[in-house]
Amino acid sequence: MSRKFTMHVDMDDFIPATEEEKAYIVQMRPSSTFFRDGMKRLLKNQVATVSLIIILVITLGSIFIPMFWPYSYDNMLGVTQGKPVDASYNNLAPFTYGRTEQKLIESGEKVFPHIFGTDSAGRDYFIRVVYGTRISLAVGFFASIIVLIIGLTVGSIAGYCGGKVDLIIMRIVDIIYSLPDMLMVILLASVLKMTLGPALAGTALEKIGSNIISLFIVFGVLYWVSMSRLIRGQILSLREQEYVLASHAAGARGSWIIRKHLLPNCISVVIISTALQIPNAIFTESYLSFLGLGVNAPMPSLGSLASDALNGLSSYPYRMVIPAVVISLIVLSLNLFGDGLRDAFDPKLKT
Amino acid sequence: MNSRTLKYVLKRILLAIVTVWVVITVTFFVMHAVPGGPFMGEKAISAAAQASLEAKYGLDKPLIEQYFTYLKDIVTRFDFGPSLKQRGRMVIDIIADGMKTSAKLGVIAACLAALCGIPLGAVAALRRNKLIDKVIMVITTAFVSMPSFIMGSLLLVFFAIRLAVLPANGSTPAGLVLPIITLALYPMAYITRLTRSSMLDVLGQDYIRTAKAKGVSGVKIIFGHALKNSLIPVITYFGPMLAYIVTGSLVVEQIFAVPGIGRAFVSSITNRDYPMVMGTTIVLAVLIVVMNLLSDILYKLVDPRINLD
Repeated sequence: MSRKFTMHVDMDDFIPATEEEKAYIVQMRPSSTFFRDGMKRLLKNQVATVSLIIILVITLGSIFIPMFWPYSYDNMLGVTQGKPVDASYNNLAPFTYGRTEQKLIESGEKVFPHIFGTDSAGRDYFIRVVYGTRISLAVGFFASIIVLIIGLTVGSIAGYCGGKVDLIIMRIVDIIYSLPDMLMVILLASVLKMTLGPALAGTALEKIGSNIISLFIVFGVLYWVSMSRLIRGQILSLREQEYVLASHAAGARGSWIIRKHLLPNCISVVIISTALQIPNAIFTESYLSFLGLGVNAPMPSLGSLASDALNGLSSYPYRMVIPAVVISLIVLSLNLFGDGLRDAFDPKLKT
Repeated sequence: MNSRTLKYVLKRILLAIVTVWVVITVTFFVMHAVPGGPFMGEKAISAAAQASLEAKYGLDKPLIEQYFTYLKDIVTRFDFGPSLKQRGRMVIDIIADGMKTSAKLGVIAACLAALCGIPLGAVAALRRNKLIDKVIMVITTAFVSMPSFIMGSLLLVFFAIRLAVLPANGSTPAGLVLPIITLALYPMAYITRLTRSSMLDVLGQDYIRTAKAKGVSGVKIIFGHALKNSLIPVITYFGPMLAYIVTGSLVVEQIFAVPGIGRAFVSSITNRDYPMVMGTTIVLAVLIVVMNLLSDILYKLVDPRINLD
């Protein structure tokens, strides 16, 4: 034991490492980041991958198809300026043509087919479905972003400040959370529809339509609560984690802890719940459109298309079935993709 | 009931009361923020007639005074005032009328959902990853992601128009079959999934293994231990289920022309029948809040281990 107290250097400690010892520190494969790890798990999940592909196809289709499609969503094909309305264009069955179009075909010209026929006002139904999909997706996406921004701000203020501020915010959250949301949505949407219309006239927002704006307001007012609860909980629990303490003890600064520990652990939960909010918003939008509180005519949304189809249901059931299938497909694949995201990026939550 | 449970129950009741008050207040002020007022309707009426109408309905008083009168009438007499569009009828009478049909619809749908959903979920859990489990999960996933109005319309197209086996009009007892199925499918699918996941959770517990090791029969384990315990989370779904049925009935009653409260509510929105809109919103909101309260308290009483703070 006397060796411990001598100043004598043990030369054995300084022999070059053998090949065998070197092999221990060779990296077998490049170190993986949290994001890459998650992506690998996500792509392994077949259900989530298929859902992602469906979502991408529908989204890209709804963005790009209207650009080259020869018909537009509000163009009544039977109506030409200075001529009586050509009723042969109304309620066309799929792949049939109106009177003037038939003449063109007989004279040897090509006419773009009406894949889903036309609606009761002679508008190409396919492009209306595509456009409706675009509107529904956009509403879902922006509503979730609004919810995310408000929820993130309020939740982090509550989690960060703690004390009285936290208490007051959380009581307000409790009350809004226990409000019957759909009833409040209907009430606010029906009132905002009447008040916003005149207020918006002449501004840039008029083009979007008062109903969509009121939908966003309703979402901003009511749906941020669960997001802010989630984020507050995350921040509160992450702040107390041992690895944060350890990092502190090792001399890490606040910015390092936030970047390396808090954000990566928080962001996956935030992204997942935002992704799961989108189908929710699409659901609500279609529900309100069905009650006549959705987008302003002649703009279509999937809900309003389904609602319009209710009138001619016995003769043209496919007009109901098409938007119904699209809406279910979107909501289903977004939900499945969201579940896949959760499994891939938040293994702790896995059940 | 120990003192902590009592405290929790009191806290929840207080929150419910505050929520109802917020609903009444928001509804009142939001409806009064609509420009034009209820009598700026289709046909122009003289200033004198308008003034006398406003005096009759108390609309000439300051807003805050109207609010307190409204609040007092609701709390003391369940009085939501007269309907503006259905002359001579009180809002509460119209609501009570519509409730008769809607309550029947809702209660049957809820029972159907529970009676089908729980066994289906249990079967799926017991036959985990077998064909029947996968079939049940695929079907319930599809039902969960389909809005009620689409479900209703598809059922209407298929059963009432294509097959013509059931009437499309919901004003007769036979006509209530399709609306009930429409309303029940989503909660049924949800209960199935909930029962399945909580059953799987319970089946992995130590006491199930102990029971097995002791030689308890399979049937007794499933019904006596597993199913009983796995139903606890299902209780919490009763509140949200009622909320779903209430909002679902708004569109379902519209599709099938059921003379219930949902249809009255939607038509009062389009008619701008303000007292009716306010009254219905408040009554339905109270219903939902009370159901949520009951299911939360029941949950706590059934399983005292649960900490709900």
